[in-house]
Amino acid sequence: MTEVIAAPSPLGAPPPDNILLDVRNLKTYFKVLDGVVPAVDGVSFSLERGKSIGIVGESGSGKSVSALTMMRLLDIPPAEIRDGEIWFDGREILHMPMEEMRKIRGNDMAMIFQEPLTSLNPVFTVGDQIAEQVERHKKVKRKAAWDRAIESLQLVGIPSPERRVKQYPHELSGGMRQRVMIAMALSCEPKLLIADEPTTALDVTIQAQILELLKTIQDRTDSALMLITHDLGVVAEMVDNVIVMYAGQVVEQGTVDEVLVNPRAPYTMGLLESIPTVEKRGGRLSAIKGTVPNPFNMPPACRFEPRCPYAWNLCAETAPDLYPAGPHGQHARCHLHTPAGAPRLPEALADHERKLNVGHGIS
Amino acid sequence: MAQEIERGAVVADVENRPEGPRTDYEVGLESLSQWQLAWRKFKKHRLALIGLGILIALVVIAIAGPIVMPFRFDSIARPDQIVYQGRGPSLSHPFGETGGLQRDVLLLVVNGARWSLLIGFSSMAIGVVIGTIIGSIAGYAGGAVDNILMRVVDVMLSLPILFVILVAARFFAGARDNIWTIIIIFGLFGWMGVARLVRSLFLSIREREFVEAARAVGVRDRRIIFKHILPNALSPIVVAASLIVAGNIIGEAFVSFLGYGVNPITPTWGNVLSSALTFIPLGNWWWPFFPGFAIILTVLAVNFIGDGLRDAFDPRSRA
Amino acid sequence: MESSTTPVRPDGPPPATPEVVVEGGADVTEMDPLEIARVGAGKTLLQVRGLKKHFPIVGGLLRRQIGTVYAVDGVDFDVNSGETFALVGESGCGKTTLGRSVLRLIEPTAGQITFAGRDISHISADELRPLRRKMQIIFQDPFGSLNPRMPVSDLIGEGLLAQGMKDRKARDKKVEDSLELVGLRREYTRRYPHEFSGGQRQRIGIARALALGPDIVVCDEPVSALDVSIQSQVLNLLLDLRRDLNLTYIFISHNLSVVQYFSDRVGVMYLGRIAELGSVEQLYKDPRHPYTVALLSAIPDPNPRKRKKRLVLKGDVPSPAAPPAGCRFHTRCWLREKLGNPERCVTEEPQLRNFGGGHQTACHFAEEISADTVSSAVETQSVLETAVADPV
Ligand SMILES: Nc1ncnc2c1ncn2[C@@H]1O[C@H](COP(=O)(O)OP(=O)(O)OP(=O)(O)O)[C@@H](O)[C@H]1O
Ligand SMILES: Nc1ncnc2c1ncn2[C@@H]1O[C@H](COP(=O)(O)OP(=O)(O)OP(=O)(O)O)[C@@H](O)[C@H]1O
Ligand code: SF4
Ligand SMILES: [Mg+2]
Ligand SMILES: [Mg+2]
Repeated sequence: MTEVIAAPSPLGAPPPDNILLDVRNLKTYFKVLDGVVPAVDGVSFSLERGKSIGIVGESGSGKSVSALTMMRLLDIPPAEIRDGEIWFDGREILHMPMEEMRKIRGNDMAMIFQEPLTSLNPVFTVGDQIAEQVERHKKVKRKAAWDRAIESLQLVGIPSPERRVKQYPHELSGGMRQRVMIAMALSCEPKLLIADEPTTALDVTIQAQILELLKTIQDRTDSALMLITHDLGVVAEMVDNVIVMYAGQVVEQGTVDEVLVNPRAPYTMGLLESIPTVEKRGGRLSAIKGTVPNPFNMPPACRFEPRCPYAWNLCAETAPDLYPAGPHGQHARCHLHTPAGAPRLPEALADHERKLNVGHGIS
Repeated sequence: MAQEIERGAVVADVENRPEGPRTDYEVGLESLSQWQLAWRKFKKHRLALIGLGILIALVVIAIAGPIVMPFRFDSIARPDQIVYQGRGPSLSHPFGETGGLQRDVLLLVVNGARWSLLIGFSSMAIGVVIGTIIGSIAGYAGGAVDNILMRVVDVMLSLPILFVILVAARFFAGARDNIWTIIIIFGLFGWMGVARLVRSLFLSIREREFVEAARAVGVRDRRIIFKHILPNALSPIVVAASLIVAGNIIGEAFVSFLGYGVNPITPTWGNVLSSALTFIPLGNWWWPFFPGFAIILTVLAVNFIGDGLRDAFDPRSRA
Repeated sequence: MESSTTPVRPDGPPPATPEVVVEGGADVTEMDPLEIARVGAGKTLLQVRGLKKHFPIVGGLLRRQIGTVYAVDGVDFDVNSGETFALVGESGCGKTTLGRSVLRLIEPTAGQITFAGRDISHISADELRPLRRKMQIIFQDPFGSLNPRMPVSDLIGEGLLAQGMKDRKARDKKVEDSLELVGLRREYTRRYPHEFSGGQRQRIGIARALALGPDIVVCDEPVSALDVSIQSQVLNLLLDLRRDLNLTYIFISHNLSVVQYFSDRVGVMYLGRIAELGSVEQLYKDPRHPYTVALLSAIPDPNPRKRKKRLVLKGDVPSPAAPPAGCRFHTRCWLREKLGNPERCVTEEPQLRNFGGGHQTACHFAEEISADTVSSAVETQSVLETAVADPV
């Protein structure tokens, strides 16, 4: 199934028709007082129509900046797009005029943010905000737009939507607001729905509601989903493919079955090893040592090298590429998957297996 | 004791790399203190830098000027020659000369700088000290104390300050050296804004987790106020103080201009402006212009610095 | 004490098992040896009875009280010496308030707190100060909980100073020891908080708490603000410290996987009360409260091959200012719905009932919960009907 993530088509030519979104070598940097932050540094991936992709990675790894660049929502400066192309629905959108982009944003491509209260306008009713968007993009009458607003609230399971459309955002609970955000995103039947940590700010049980809702909607509509999160559990449940980001780069990509069951990049391995489980009770967790590198002081070659348990001198000298690492298009950014690293690979994988299941060191 | 020994057997250190010293990619290249960081941001603010330059120049003038070109009320240039008209700017008197006693306007402006800055900064200092004390008490104690103090602030704010100052100035008019009277009056009536600010800062900082953490280890109230809350309230206070200085300089000029301010024999900028008033119809523009310009320049400089400080201390602005 | 400069954790044999004296009612046969040791060591260190903390809601022009937040509303539990007692529950259910009330960082409205046999619920601030040494807290927010204007030496040292360690040299030595204890370098004492990463700051917070040599430490979501890859480091540290210093933890969290891994006993809170209480084994294998069942079902599993259908609760958590009558959970309870909405849930507040081995549940119909009821509830639920109209 998964040409979805494999190597993108040659630069410059539009991708095949079944590819909805094709991001190629995207580089978004920030110029700030202390220097330059390579927030997104050469990210490439693609997404088939109607499919879903997850982006995971820790705080500051460049997940949100990738999404915002795609939506063309970043302020330039301080942001600076150094390189890259983004093909969406057969068109290159990174370099198109803002006028054109506005027609796509909120219409064919819609986004849900982490904190719903700040992304809804407090002085307009929920219905106004949805209807306004429908009116603008779909060129319909006010009445039809209003009906569409009620319909989309119904779609996200909000009871008595006729009454809810007349309410203001602050009159709704957190879970309800996130539903409104989703309704708003869906109101124009987007081809791509980008959800940036849609449940992080929510309670456990509300998170369950929203995730189930997103799943149901994905089944019912034919929109593609790009889900940004730092929770591997959420990714495992929600999406077909996943890309793992570390320090602005993609370090691993593939189907969830590949990446989360047979991870091939040491960072992903480490993440999975460090998840607390019942089996590890009584022992220590296996932890990735150190912390993420300072963005102004990135390790020169492999960015994970200072923390990597399998690193050897090559890793500190040459930056690894994304190398094929699995039978179904899985790729990992690690020298272990080059001929030079091949002899070390079995040992690394065995080490991972060992750490995965038992807590080590008796406490 | 058993526990002490246990503690020696330190736990695993995930941060220490076994391979020995290497580049530390985790910590910043250079770590700056809060003030260094603020200075770096301040430097990016061009107007603030200009303002700072002007203010430094003014301070130098205020200190050195009266020594280089002293002003004495009873030293009159040409006592026999009281003129009706002033004289415009010339090479020997670049700011022109006044009518009447034919004083050099430059001399007046230079000497006025000392008084205006002295009044601006001293009364600010008084106001900020009073305001900080009252605001801290209200914010830390809360409850009834807070309520009473804040009502006092409301009452003070509802007084028509200008009249009060005029009345007070008249009341103390007999004082020989009434510069300090003016300073104290301005200080006594200029603390309410600071008090409100400090109170709200206290209310919010008091709820911050690090204060709770200090309490959890048993730190006493006095130390919490002086070591935890005040240092964190400092930057907004500094910003507010800079703006108060500007307000006080204008206020002094205004009150002196009305003739209720500093003793007219002292050449503050307001007094010079005031005495120039009657000569304006005669076209002696240089006489009010230069002191007026000095006031505007000072106030602008201080305001620019205030703006710069505000941005520099704003944790949200990184660039 | 000999503090080696490069502390290495011995991966050798486990430390000699402490003498085990089993007392207390926990069912020993089901527990791992580690836990037996701990429960055995455990006499009751902290006892909480009928604890309440209500916050007034003030509003209006005259700032009158217009309502009450029942943040903690009648909570009983015991914490045994040497064990880790976890408090879980959703945001706003009162975990933090409970943790802080227990330490008397906020004044409880009612109830009794007994620490090491001494009733501390009404003692004065001066009597409390020396006790602070024995009861410490670690905060959630590694950024907010360290004064940005203080160097590490003061951050950690001021507690020692407040506890009467006036000698600067001794204090500095102790600060450095504490830094080393939490895996930071001794040289860091001159640095300010902003020079550290989140995980390092959290270690400083831990060092501050531990410098005083406490017996019990309230850990208020100590890892939830940290990055995934850092969380396990800090959990390991807490684990090691618990072993080395024989600490007792009250571990507050909303992450049920972490709680399952980390703690011995768990109290599940809902709207200011304890819904269920028991050992980790009891709670995770045999939950007896419908809320616990739903919480457990909501954990997303990172193994994509274990995708499951989950039980989704309806609606949002009601406001703690207006908790529902009867059983506080009844507005969202799937079990009640399954049983045909019995009146009893609305009219009578369930009290904690014993289910053996210290397992307690506050549900009238706890006996009805079984794998069958749960799976049939999952089958019949409709995801689109989970949003219920909340009163506006
Ligand atoms: N407006 C900005 N100005 C300067 N730097 C920025 C800006 N926005 C983001 N960055 C930097 O870009 C990097 C990537 O940030 P991004 O928000 O994409 O992270 P993220 O992966 O979404 O993290 P999180 O999980 O915390 O949301 C970070 O180092 C961040 O500091
Ligand atoms: N100082 C206060 N004044 C008024 N209400 C408060 C105060 N502190 C807490 N509350 C309220 O008490 C309730 C319980 O809050 P608490 O912080 O204990 O919840 P929590 O379980 O720790 O939640 P979280 O998971 O979000 O930390 C909340 O509704 C909160 O709004
Ligand atoms: S390239 Fe080397 S250092 Fe980088 S992740 Fe792979 S093994 Fe680790
Ligand atoms: Mg983000
Ligand atoms: Mg809390």
